[in-house]
Parts: sequence; C-alpha cells; structure tokens
Amino acid sequence: MLTYIGRRILQMIPVFIGVTILLFILRAPGVLPGDPIKLITGERAISPALYNQIVKENALDKPLWYQYGRWMDHLFHGDLGESYQLKRPVADILIEKFPNTLKLALVAILIECFMGMAAGILSAVKRYSFWDVLVTLSTSILVSLPVFWLGMILQVIFGIKFKEWGLPYLPISGMTSADFPGWVHYVLPAVTLASISTAYAARITRSQLLEVMGQDYMRTASAKGLTGGQVIWRHGLKNALIPVVTYLGLDLGAMVGGTILTETVFNWPGIGFQIYRAILSRDWPIVLGAVVIIVILVMIINLLVDISYAFLDPRIRYGRVAK
Amino acid sequence: MAPDFFEDPRRRDIGQAAEEQTFGGSEALAETVVAGRGRTLRTDAWRRLRKNRLALAGLVWICFMIILAASADLWVPHFFGAPTAIDTSKVAQQSLLSPSADHPFGTDKLGRDILSRTIYGARVSLIVGVVAVAIMVVIGLILGAVAAYYGGWWDSIVMRTADVFFAFPYILFSIVLIALLGFGLQTVFIAIGVIGWPSIARVFRSSILSVKNNEYVDAARAMGASTPRILFRHIMPNAVAPIIVYGTMSIGGAILTEAALSFLGVGVQPPAPTWGNMLSEARSSLFTAPWLMLYPGLAILTTVLAFVLLGDGLRDALDVKLKE
Repeated sequence: MLTYIGRRILQMIPVFIGVTILLFILRAPGVLPGDPIKLITGERAISPALYNQIVKENALDKPLWYQYGRWMDHLFHGDLGESYQLKRPVADILIEKFPNTLKLALVAILIECFMGMAAGILSAVKRYSFWDVLVTLSTSILVSLPVFWLGMILQVIFGIKFKEWGLPYLPISGMTSADFPGWVHYVLPAVTLASISTAYAARITRSQLLEVMGQDYMRTASAKGLTGGQVIWRHGLKNALIPVVTYLGLDLGAMVGGTILTETVFNWPGIGFQIYRAILSRDWPIVLGAVVIIVILVMIINLLVDISYAFLDPRIRYGRVAK
Repeated sequence: MAPDFFEDPRRRDIGQAAEEQTFGGSEALAETVVAGRGRTLRTDAWRRLRKNRLALAGLVWICFMIILAASADLWVPHFFGAPTAIDTSKVAQQSLLSPSADHPFGTDKLGRDILSRTIYGARVSLIVGVVAVAIMVVIGLILGAVAAYYGGWWDSIVMRTADVFFAFPYILFSIVLIALLGFGLQTVFIAIGVIGWPSIARVFRSSILSVKNNEYVDAARAMGASTPRILFRHIMPNAVAPIIVYGTMSIGGAILTEAALSFLGVGVQPPAPTWGNMLSEARSSLFTAPWLMLYPGLAILTTVLAFVLLGDGLRDALDVKLKE
C-alpha cells in the first residue's frame, strides 16, 4: 500500500511542475502578445517611470528561469500577489471565499450521490422499462444543458413564479437573507451544480451494474436461492459501485473548478463568483491566483481519490487492473 | 457534451465508456458481416446511421440551424429588424415587449428583436464550434500520431503534456488564456481549440496503436514505403473513425463552452449577439421579462443535443469503441 502511495505521489510531481511551468509561461513577458504589466495595472494608463518600477519590482527584466524560481518561491510561501482593486493579498481573499465553495460542492455531491445512484440502479434493474428510457433520455438532455441556463430556469420557476402564485418559494441569490433559514439557500444552487454530474453518475451506475449483473457469481447467488433484491444489494452493488465512488471523488475536484457558472448565477459568495467579479473589473491577479490554487487543489483531491480507490479495490494497488 | 463535460477529462472518458457499454456496437458488427461484400464502409455506415432516428433528427436540426444562420442576412433584418440596431427614439416603447406577431420572441431591454438575435447568435455558436474543433483536431492528430508512431520519449513527452492540460479545469483555463490574449472571436477559437487537443491526441494515439501492428502496415514497410506514406495512406484511414465521432461530440461541447464564456463576459463581446451574452443580459430582467432567457437557452440545448445525438449515432454506425 505504501509503495503504491509513494508511486502515485512521485507520478504527480512532473505533472505539478508542468502545470506550474505552463501557468508561469502564460504570464511571462514575450510569450503571448499581451503585456504582462497589464495584468498588474489593469487597463489604466501609467507613466514610464511607474512602468519601470513595476518591471523592477516583479523582476520582469531578469531571465525567465529566475522569474520562475521567484514565482514558485512566492507560491510556496502562500504569496499570490495583490488584488489591484481590493488592495488586499489574493491569498487572503481566496481563503475567505473558499469554505463557501466547498460547502456548496459537498451538498451538491450528496445530491448527486443519492439521485444519481438511485436513478442508475432503477434503470439497470428495470432495464428497457419506461423508467429506464426516462432515465436514459433525461441524462442525455441534462448533459446538453447549459448549467447557467438551468440555474436561471430554476430561479424563475421556484423563486419568482412560485412567489407570484403564492406558493412556498425559494431564495434565488446569496447565502444568507433575513427571510429564510440558512440551509434553504443551498437548495437551488446545489441542485444546479449537481445536475450534470448526477446524469453522469446515473449513467456510470447503470452501465456498471449491468456489467456486474452479467457475471457468473451473480447467477450463482440466484442459484443459491437468494431473492432478486438480495442478489442486487449484496453482490451486485458492492462490485458495481467502486467506479461510481471514484467518480464522485473526482467530481468533487471538478466541481470546485466548475462552480464559477453556478456561483455567478446565484451570487454565491465563493471562489467562482469572486473570479467572475474579478473578470468584470479586469482584476487579473485574483483570476490567476485562484486558478493556481484550484488546479493544485484538484490535483491533491485526485491523488486522495486514487489512494482511496486502491483501498477499496486491492487489484489496483497490486497493479493488476482487471479491464 | 456539456460545459462540465470539458472540465474533467476523466468524467468525459467515464461517460463515454458508460455510453459505449449502453449501446453496444456488436449488433452493428454482426450486420456488417451479414451484409458481406460489395459495400464500402462509408455506404454501410450511412445505411446504419439512417436507421437511427435520434441521430437523423440531430442531423436534420444541425442542417436547419446552418441554413438559418447562413441565410440570415437575406431575410431576418427585413422581417424582424437587425440584431444590433437600436432605434434610440423608440427604445422606451420597444423595450422588453412580450412575444407578439411583430416580435415572435419578444424584444430585449434595448428594443432589439430576440428572434433576430437568436438566429444571428447561431452564427457565432456554429462558427466557434467548427473552428475550435478543427484547431483541436489538427493539433491532436499531429501530436497523437507523433506519440503513437515514434513511441518512447516522444510518447512520454506528449502524453505527460496532455496530463498537464487535463489537470486544468476547462473553463478556468480558457478564461486565463483569454485574459492574456485579449477579447475577441479569434481568442475564443484559440482558447477552446488549444485546450481541447489532449483528448483528441489520446483517442488518436490509442487508435493508431491498435492498427500499427497489422500485417498490411508491415507489408507496406517491407515494400519500402516512407514513414509519412505509411502514416497517411495506411494508418490514418483506418484510425480516423473515432476522431469523426469524437469531433462531432466536441462541437457540441465547444458550443457550450463558448456560451459559458460569453455568459461570463469573456467571450464574443456585445453588441454582437451570442446565445451566451443574450442569457447574461437576460439575467438583469429575470423578474420583469423572464421570456428573454427562454429562446437562447433552448437554442443552445437543442443544438448541443443534436451534435451529441449525431455523435452517438455515428459511433454506432462506424462501430467505434471509444474506450481506451
């Protein structure tokens, strides 16, 4: 097990270096037609003296390898630069917003877990039935749906129309308000964030379960006299759900990265919404800083998921992946 | 297939693996065997595609959107008004009208016709979809071929670079690229195209590897064919089917990404109409004019769905297995 973990961490290092080099190159002067100074000053016109000062302060006149080392040094010390509009360190802003994003993502994962697996199991067990067709069809539509549009539709129906019709309605913006208890604010954003992933989770559960149901040990179990339900629960799901669990883990990483659209629609005070506002005000240090942090986070989450996968399925850690 | 579809490549692979198992290609294969000689792969594939009603519906819808977008200049401004023209004297009367005979989809805040803007928005979406995917296919094909054919160090370098690209959330990476390159249609092409290549490279690499050791390749080499000739004449034609399938689905994904970027304000800039920035504008009148968001969203959904269904159908028709 330890060897496996060690090997996975070693494999991660080159990718990590590659990611940081890529992010660094993108913002290094002369690589892209854009002017790196613009990233620091925004669109403001500045005097040549100030320009030179910025070049000096950021070591932009030094060779690239030096700049990269300096940048990495800052990164490891938690220094992501300063937001030029909010006049605060980018790291502080992100640390403040991050818990909100994580909470939303966790609630969304829960929804995805229950809804996705339930739909997948239903359509696999009752294959070719009405329910199966319904699940297959709705997952196709869900994956073609723009998340932000789905969010807006939910806002109009459950927030605005329900209120007009005098029905109990849901808050459509922000994380807290005077009219609602805190948790109600999670409902619409979490459902929106979970939507596409739920569709994928359902598809994976369905195909995995169908595959497992064709195995010999399933037939043996029914031949022993177990009822259909027992066979599915005890023998089927145990084997079918390992890939689903892994997928859910990877999805947490993907959600943290993909939450920008959902958070923007619902004005959710997390990292994604912060990035959106930074884009609007051309506050690039925040955008770049947030991307660095999110990429590193996603890599760490994926590593943890891989390790837990090896815990769940011994075939992985001995390098004998049955495919 | 969806905005998130591009964010986590693993999800995409899993999703496709799942689909692939759902709609097995074995029936199609059996049919080919029965059909016997005298037919080319192309006519065979077309025959099978025609039987798939959903894929055909997707194809028809795509053609319909292309015709609509291409002919827009001829009739749309005449009937519904130009998509960007603002009549300053009439903004007050024309603003936020609900759907009527004159404006079947209503008007937006500045009195512009929504139907007209939706049709013109199709231009941006379709062009971005096709050009961005063309970029990613060209880069992916070249790098995938290099990795698979030369192997060794080349393979490691290309595939590790692909891993680096996969580590980025898709939308965030395109935002960073756009932040550095500046706004505009070309930047959107580049941002979506450059980031998408690793999946194409992976698919193409594995499909080359599966045909590379066939006897006919050895035969060609024994006859003294040059490396490029072997690659282009003998390997490519046999390895290209997965790319057709994957490319078709990617167009849907690129359209969704473009919409998301425009929605966030980093895509094609207003006043040029795109489905994404129309939705972004509709957000401000969610209470007063909720119908504003209906049509651009439906346009995105149906168009992306059409590409996804066509891609599904092509996969079955060409009997492609997209599992690595």
